[in-house]
Amino acid sequence: MVPLSYYLILSGLLFACGVAGFLIKRNIITIFLSIELMLNGVNLTFVAFAAQLKSLDGHIFVFFVMVVAAAEAAVGLAIIIAVFRTRETLNVDRVNLLKL
Amino acid sequence: MKIMLHLVLFFIFAAVCVGGAINLLAQKHPINSALSLIVVMGSLAMIYLLLGAEFVAAIQVIVYAGAVMVLFVFVIMLLNAGVEERTAQGSRVATVLGIPGLIIGLSIGIWAVSRVTGLDKIQIGGPDVMDNTAAFGNPQAVGRLLFRDYLLPFEVTSILILIAIMGAVVLARREE
Repeated sequence: MVPLSYYLILSGLLFACGVAGFLIKRNIITIFLSIELMLNGVNLTFVAFAAQLKSLDGHIFVFFVMVVAAAEAAVGLAIIIAVFRTRETLNVDRVNLLKL
Repeated sequence: MKIMLHLVLFFIFAAVCVGGAINLLAQKHPINSALSLIVVMGSLAMIYLLLGAEFVAAIQVIVYAGAVMVLFVFVIMLLNAGVEERTAQGSRVATVLGIPGLIIGLSIGIWAVSRVTGLDKIQIGGPDVMDNTAAFGNPQAVGRLLFRDYLLPFEVTSILILIAIMGAVVLARREE
């Protein structure tokens, strides 16, 4: 048996790593990876509370989070490709103009 | 004995998880970051199995570590992304106070979660989950819930994915 708080601490650590990566990284793809890391941290919380409450609704929520994450990855990577075509760079500091 | 094994397995996979997440931050090349994120997702799938969430563990490996990360690696190689360049010196306050502030904040958060709320008294995922007499979280149980109580959200999801596919095609198309 593992205390519920251990799972919550682990998911908090993963979320904190995701936030830190989102803030300190300058490559747009790595920033996107950090967002996926944050989503994974949240999913762990859902599953841990589902196990504690003996309810499967948390698993369904994780399912929907994964669907939205997959859709977001497809659209986001398409946006990254479009940005790279026009700017020729992946550095977010060089993508600071709305109009080219 | 079984209870100890459960705790030991949790600590092994949690250590791999946090190590992979820190490696994601430490690596300079995006492909290394993507591969360490796959490590994080794989060990998270093992932790889901410890919690009795078989279906979630399976789709974690298939959808996340499989499909989504293949998409990421494909785009990284398509764009020929190299080592990230450092631009724009950050604020000095963030450089000096960032790491200590993070440690203090995480410590307070961990203390609050484990002591104040009393959540450390609750034990979950014991041998009853491992023996699987309750059949908790297997595809049959999840499917029954998904296609009965959550049928409308499930169907709406298909529209979301359709829109995402069309959006991806339109955005990534080369303009004439």
